[in-house]
Amino acid sequence: MTVAETISSGDRPRDLTLDWPLELFDVLKAVGIRQMSYVPDAGHSTLIRLFNADPDIKTNVLTTEEEGVAIATGAWLGGQRSVVLMQSSGVGNCINMLSLPVQTRTPLLMLVTMRGEWAEFNPWQVPMGQATEASLKAIGVTVMRAETGEDLVKIVAQAAVMAFEADQQIAVLIGQRLLGKKKW
Amino acid sequence: MDRRAAVVKLLAARKGALVVTGLGSPSYDVHAAGDADDNYYLWGAMGGAALTGLGLAQAQPDKRVMVITGDGEMLMAFGSLATIAVAAPRNLDIIVLDNQHFGETGMQTSHTGHGIALHRIAEAAGFAETGECRTLVEVDDLVERLAEAATGPRLFVLKIRAENLPRSLPPRDAVFIKNRFRGHLGLGTC
Repeated sequence: MTVAETISSGDRPRDLTLDWPLELFDVLKAVGIRQMSYVPDAGHSTLIRLFNADPDIKTNVLTTEEEGVAIATGAWLGGQRSVVLMQSSGVGNCINMLSLPVQTRTPLLMLVTMRGEWAEFNPWQVPMGQATEASLKAIGVTVMRAETGEDLVKIVAQAAVMAFEADQQIAVLIGQRLLGKKKW
Repeated sequence: MDRRAAVVKLLAARKGALVVTGLGSPSYDVHAAGDADDNYYLWGAMGGAALTGLGLAQAQPDKRVMVITGDGEMLMAFGSLATIAVAAPRNLDIIVLDNQHFGETGMQTSHTGHGIALHRIAEAAGFAETGECRTLVEVDDLVERLAEAATGPRLFVLKIRAENLPRSLPPRDAVFIKNRFRGHLGLGTC
């Protein structure tokens, strides 16, 4: 049994408040993602399992998030689409490396799970969480934000079009309020 | 050893290898050896050369990718040695032109000048092959070694003289370089 089958919604229709990672995986596969890199976050854990179990996807676990930005740039140079997964604290690690896709106008799709903004128990997550959107915009990345699972799936689907068909650098922020509905 | 003579030897034997260069002098050295469509020059993004090479190597598994960068650039990407070792591409070679200094900023001594050996770090991380060359004759041997198929990522340190040679500037237009490179691979350029 595959990972996707193990954690699928079975016969019942997908409830995107809970099953959004399954839908997101299908969307990313459908747009032709071939490489995925990540620094883990609990909010991304299902998506990471799905990607790691897919033989058609090359995944890279990173020591720091900016590595993923460079890998994504190299992947596009070689003709493959990729996605980078991280949490909001990792965005701070990426800033100078983002000059690479911005300056070379290379497609970039980042999915960022937010911390430090909704029922956050760790005060150390708040400074970077609050600075995430402003930091990304400051370096020239287009920022989109989802607050529900349904919105997230739609936003990522069209963000992929903008990234890979219009050479844009896009970060989709996944609100902590949305993630909070899942059991960590 | 003379850095440009060493780079000329590596590139003369590239045999279709795709080349990614780290910012500063390594980009100038590769450009000085002869501009080519399958050279991808970085002018910035310090710490990004080896990983750009990784993404490229994963996307083009049938082609060899050679990253040519400096000790300072590689030191900023210390963690990438772990990421690349785990990814274990069989078509990624990293050449570190090591003058033991930050040559672009006033020749301050770098960590390699204080004894850090990048090839030993790579070896400990699990690279398939690693080594250090101190003479051009050793580079000749390295060129032959690189022509052999690899079982995993390889990293070689070339100890070069600390000197600032006349700059040989690659095109500044990053989009042009990207599209030229992709065009070489038969990929869409817009």
